[in-house]
Amino acid sequence: MSSDVRFIDFKSDKQPTWCPGCGDFGTMNGMMKALANTGNDPDNTFVVAGIGCSGKIGTYMHSYALHGVHGRALPVGTGVKMANPDLEVMVAGGDGDGYSIGSGHFIHAVRRNVDMSYIVMDNRIYGLTKGQASPTSREDFETATTPEGPKQPPVNPLALALSAGGTFIAQSFASDAQRHAELVQKAIEHDGFGFVNVFSPCVTFNDTDTYDYFRDNLTDLAETDHDPNDFDEAKDRIMDADAEYQGILYQDEDSVPYHESHGVTENMTEIPDGAPEDATDLVREFY
Amino acid sequence: MPADFNWAIGGEAGDGINSTGKIFARALSRAGRHVFTSKDFASRIRGGYTAYKVRTAIDPVESTVDRLDVLIALTQRTVDENIDELHEGSVIIYDGERTSMQDLEIPDGMVGMDVPLKSLAEDAGGAIMRNIVALGAACEVTDFPIEHLGSSLEKRFSDKGESIVENNKTAADLGAEFVRESYEAETTEFEYELETTDENYVLINGDEAIGMGAIAAGCRFYSGYPITPATDVMEYLTGRLERYGGHVVQAEDELSAINMALGAARAGARSMTATSGPGIDLMAETFGLVAQSETPLVICDVMRSGPSTGMPTKQEQGDLNMTLFGGHGEIPRFVIAPTTIAECFWKTVEAFNYAEKYQTPVYLVSDLEMAVTEQTFPPEAFDMDEVDIDRGKIVDEDEVDEWLDDEGHFRAHAATEDGVSPRALPGTTDGAHMSTGLEHNELGRRTEDTEIRVEQVHKRERKVETAKEREDWSPREFGNPDADNLVVSWGSNEGTISEAMDLMGEDAPDFRFLSVPYLFPRPDLSEAFEQAEQVVVVECNATGQFADVLEHDTLERVDRVNKYNGVGFKADELAAEITEVLQ
Ligand SMILES: Cc1ncc(C[n+]2csc(CCOP(=O)(O)OP(=O)(O)O)c2C)c(N)n1
Ligand code: SF4
Ligand SMILES: [Mg+2]
Repeated sequence: MSSDVRFIDFKSDKQPTWCPGCGDFGTMNGMMKALANTGNDPDNTFVVAGIGCSGKIGTYMHSYALHGVHGRALPVGTGVKMANPDLEVMVAGGDGDGYSIGSGHFIHAVRRNVDMSYIVMDNRIYGLTKGQASPTSREDFETATTPEGPKQPPVNPLALALSAGGTFIAQSFASDAQRHAELVQKAIEHDGFGFVNVFSPCVTFNDTDTYDYFRDNLTDLAETDHDPNDFDEAKDRIMDADAEYQGILYQDEDSVPYHESHGVTENMTEIPDGAPEDATDLVREFY
Repeated sequence: MPADFNWAIGGEAGDGINSTGKIFARALSRAGRHVFTSKDFASRIRGGYTAYKVRTAIDPVESTVDRLDVLIALTQRTVDENIDELHEGSVIIYDGERTSMQDLEIPDGMVGMDVPLKSLAEDAGGAIMRNIVALGAACEVTDFPIEHLGSSLEKRFSDKGESIVENNKTAADLGAEFVRESYEAETTEFEYELETTDENYVLINGDEAIGMGAIAAGCRFYSGYPITPATDVMEYLTGRLERYGGHVVQAEDELSAINMALGAARAGARSMTATSGPGIDLMAETFGLVAQSETPLVICDVMRSGPSTGMPTKQEQGDLNMTLFGGHGEIPRFVIAPTTIAECFWKTVEAFNYAEKYQTPVYLVSDLEMAVTEQTFPPEAFDMDEVDIDRGKIVDEDEVDEWLDDEGHFRAHAATEDGVSPRALPGTTDGAHMSTGLEHNELGRRTEDTEIRVEQVHKRERKVETAKEREDWSPREFGNPDADNLVVSWGSNEGTISEAMDLMGEDAPDFRFLSVPYLFPRPDLSEAFEQAEQVVVVECNATGQFADVLEHDTLERVDRVNKYNGVGFKADELAAEITEVLQ
């Protein structure tokens, strides 16, 4: 790892095709800054991207990367990290990718507490498929597939994470560049599963959860007396449906990452030219 | 006296049938006898019944037959279920003190031995050992030296402590003693005597052989979701893979299992997942991603009867089409089906090599009967010195330079002459690149350029052409090579067909038998078909999926022998059917 890596080194030479003004630009910049600030470089970084406008991030960033199938980015990241613990693994995707089609994986990834970061670009809409309701869309949010709104409560991703044993739960806003980068950096530095839900507005299909809305309604926890190590306080804030927070909602200081609890610390990529030396013992077990 | 001896224990699920059967099988194997076991869940009446059958001989045995010489019946139903397989002189060991067994009527010509299994077990230290008492009784009936049973009991119970082992041995002795005293005449008259040899055999099932093959081949990461009959692969690897620096993860579902395995493979580990039909269905979308991103991955399908939940504990070779053609779009994949339990080991090793050499998913297709059958092999059948690892075109830091484009980007999908691109594992300096399920250019970046699309399609297809040229895809050959008739099969039927061939005798039609483990790429059988007057394709499914494929390949019509009632082929039955088709 070289110390002179700049965030721009994580940018590919492919120009993003996101709509001008899309929140994903800011979200991505913050991710790149956080990676550079934590001493990573593109050759030791593995980014796994889901499918969606958000998922295109794998193409626009420069690193080892896999742009997978819709909703399955977290298991891919899990496999990468277990096979080579020396890699910095960052998983990114949309709210549909992570909380709808991939919601099962989300809960189990939180439980596993693998030492990687998960950045969800939450625009409360399906962007790529041109504006259908997402699991975080408001109850009355009208779309082509929900003409009267979904008429069901939105998923609360922070609550899901907390109830599944999350050890690092944060939320950021794409346009607050510095705070966002800082929070992603904290997620990377966290010993375990660092989860950041990023408000990343879709300027094309969501006229409700806009930059202005978040600017007006966001409370930064750094400006409150919130103690992120206090589970009950975190729970109260997370369950408050009317509040929108930026900051670290909860961090378990005693987090034991998967590789420690399961003793998975070896790089699995190197193997001998033939069977392992004592492999004949395996045959003897069957006598 | 036939050269083989057939034994079974049957009772209700929960009676410890499997573990008792395995203890007896291991005793025989440790005594230098060959063994082929089968688990019989095939009820003629209703669910809940289970039996474990052991066929044993001095020479190798490769299939089961419908004959029972000694039956340990824990329930009345066990006798009813097996009545057709018992014959004059067969011994039935049962516990007449059991309420349900008091009215047992031993069929004419058969020998009933009423042994107080439970009471004797209690004398030895606990009723739980009643099956072991029965094993002791069976040893006495067959003149089988009881110390081999003792040795098998040691293996089974040594981790539970010395006293448990000793109690079990006592239980076995009490069973033997009881028979010696109460049924001396019957025992002397019994025609089978289980001789021993000095050989020491490996007793292993197909799932274990796949697991052992994976470790031998350098597999380090396994993720799976439990499903019959593939779970034993995961259970075998759990704990063992860790000894070699690897890890087993029980995923939340098969979607996760294959995606984790894919992640580990992209990171550079040899990686595998195993499942059965329903899991293969769930994995289909990611299978396409694995192939499109050119990731080396072994996906094992231990087939069971489908469709949907089908008959989950029954035999079928129904997934050939799914593995050959499954998934939307068109993409090459390799499909390999081991033909014996020992071959499960070797084909797993091959699968890992092909996966990395050709950067492609490899379906390793086995089936329920191989998964649940324990069979003996000489230890040389798993000679670890014969295992070769070929990781294909992995490039290191120095070699990466040769594969950079003018702007310094690594060409992870370079359209090379042989179709295989260089592979830079994450962490390699200057090798950073992305991979994707989207159509992509040489750099792995999305494109819809018509020319690049065609180039990449051809590049991926070229890997198959290269593999066809470089590797040996020959079928395994048996019988008379010059015979007019040709019998072809795939997967686990090899042993049964070979044995059917022996049973058919002199007067039966002569045939050449090709057992095909390579389903894609597969051998070109056109010449063999042309030479043959008649071709019969034997497979355990209703429609003849392999027969269809071969007709398509060779433009010749074949005859078909199919079985799809949930029970695999038996040698005697197959001998009759093949004879009929060929006459
Ligand atoms: C299996 C599957 N189903 C459906 C789709 C179509 N699809 C692509 S992206 C997407 C939703 C994207 O929403 P989100 O994850 O919120 O990402 P965004 O575009 O908003 O960033 C859907 C339904 C797909 N690619 N794969
Ligand atoms: S549709 Fe929405 S989410 Fe997608 S690029 Fe445009 S603004 Fe961004
Ligand atoms: Mg979205």
